[in-house]
Amino acid sequence: MNAPLVASGVGVELGGAPVLHDVDLEVRLGELLVLVGPNGAGKSTLLGVLSGDQVPQRGTVTLDGRRVASLRAGELARRRAVLPQENRLAFGFRVVDVVRMGRAAWAGRPEEDRDDLVVAEALRRSDVTHLAERVYPTLSGGERARTSLARVLAQETALVLLDEPTAALDVRHVELVMAQARELAAAGHAVVAVLHDLTLAAAHADRVCVLADGRVRAVGAPRAVLTADLLSTVYEHPLEVVDLDGRLLVLPHRHPQEALC
Amino acid sequence: MTAVAGRHRLPEAVPTGDVPPPALPPVRRGRAGLLLAALGVGVVVSTLVSAGQGQLDVPADQVLGSVLHRLGVDVLPLPTHPQGDNTLWQVRFPRVALAVLVGAALATAGALMQGLFGNPLAEPGVVGVSVGAALAAAFVIVFQVTLLGAWTVPAFAFAGGLVTTLAVYALSRADGRTEVVTLVLTGIAVNAVCSAGLALMLFLGDTAAREEIVFWQLGSLNGTRWAHVAVVAPCVGIGLAGALALSRRLDVLALGDRAARHVGVDVERVRVAAIVLVALLTAAAVSFAGIIAFVGLVVPHLVRMVVGPGHRVLVPASALGGALLLLWADLFARTAVAYADLPIGMLTSLVGGPFFFWLLRRTRRTAGGWA
Repeated sequence: MNAPLVASGVGVELGGAPVLHDVDLEVRLGELLVLVGPNGAGKSTLLGVLSGDQVPQRGTVTLDGRRVASLRAGELARRRAVLPQENRLAFGFRVVDVVRMGRAAWAGRPEEDRDDLVVAEALRRSDVTHLAERVYPTLSGGERARTSLARVLAQETALVLLDEPTAALDVRHVELVMAQARELAAAGHAVVAVLHDLTLAAAHADRVCVLADGRVRAVGAPRAVLTADLLSTVYEHPLEVVDLDGRLLVLPHRHPQEALC
Repeated sequence: MTAVAGRHRLPEAVPTGDVPPPALPPVRRGRAGLLLAALGVGVVVSTLVSAGQGQLDVPADQVLGSVLHRLGVDVLPLPTHPQGDNTLWQVRFPRVALAVLVGAALATAGALMQGLFGNPLAEPGVVGVSVGAALAAAFVIVFQVTLLGAWTVPAFAFAGGLVTTLAVYALSRADGRTEVVTLVLTGIAVNAVCSAGLALMLFLGDTAAREEIVFWQLGSLNGTRWAHVAVVAPCVGIGLAGALALSRRLDVLALGDRAARHVGVDVERVRVAAIVLVALLTAAAVSFAGIIAFVGLVVPHLVRMVVGPGHRVLVPASALGGALLLLWADLFARTAVAYADLPIGMLTSLVGGPFFFWLLRRTRRTAGGWA
């Protein structure tokens, strides 16, 4: 399997406190890799390391054999796109202008000719075409998140890193965003997403990486990794994993009468 | 290295033939073009009108006639007053030209600074860069430094402006953003320190230097000579060209430092370039016209209301708008009271102060409490 992005032996300390320990992870083309783990497990830090935002104190992250830290902003931006958790904007740009910003790295290159097509397609895929003329700061949280996703899609990169892409979304748009992530993977992109919803992770991931206390506890297919034992230990809360007609559901253990609700 | 480059297009992004591509909303080029044309015509007409007004009135057609005469075209009447032509070329034209240059410089510096800080309240006057440049220039006046000839004052002003811009940026930035309260408070602190320095210069200077500094603290275009214009013009030219070259990357900075880097903007380089340009433009404005605040706040804001925040239009439109504003402010300053030349900085602050307050309240409200 083609793995363009490889983290090996990555260790990160933030303000003296260790956040990641000796993390090895391969991000492969054509698959959706989901990072899960309790709060403070280091998911966002790991995503930051993979995206090049954070240079690890120990270990390396390489993109096609070159260290991510050595790549220039433009080179990196033509290979990987990032959807941050927070999506602020300083001025009142229209949605279509924000999505167009995703094309910045292709300016002055032959790919620039495709700008309009790609932007239109990205708007459609994130279901924000009808908002294209709206001014970004007037949008709701979910609409902003989808606009930012459209910006990420418009970047047309092999690697797509999504930090909690479903956090602000309603059910329909959660499914829409996950379907987009799946489609990208099916088309040969490598997609990494941080998710909190374990059932959602089980439903969509090709591989799941469970992080806890800055260490990788398990990586593999959802059925192999998302076990009641491991999850209960990692989350320090009893969890049940239920197979419902071939779909994996992860449920927190509650009082007996609530367990099946 | 090309394994992940170039071939990962969005699936189905290329139209298959039977499905038409979704339509994008139209780009508002018309509105931007109209604004730029209107402002351009406004600047030219205002220049001719303004140059004719004063203690010795010259009608606009005679002003134009005089300009065309110098260019070798004799179609319009020359000034009828015996001193008319002389007054125009010795007194009025340099002053009007400096008004255009200083207005363009201040408004462009404001637009640049707002883009750099991602904050609509950033402005050289408000955050203390103008006073920083003024302090360095006052130093030149008091100690009669002459090591660079006519360029001494602008060079020192540039150095002063650069140091203050860097200081404000370093002090008000946290997590890749500048919050309104931090920016305004930093501005107060920087203004206080630089004003103290200016006060010291006033104290140290002799009577002549004091008078020069005081008038120039108030901001005035009185006594402009062509030599001043010749120094300011290239600075403004470079500043404007640089701002235009940065404009697309400034747009992307609105996403915040991190996301701007994600889409491929070398944030550090854009930041350094913008800071140098702000200092250059502010120094060009401050060197001979003194402190004229709020032009960089009011003009870009009005332009944004008409054509949106895109810097490719915002920068040139602000330059023209700033020129237009200062032309009229200067005309008012020298004609409102007979035989008196009001300080132009006083006028812009009189209008700009309340505007700043309104903008501050509005920004706090629309930004969802991140003040």
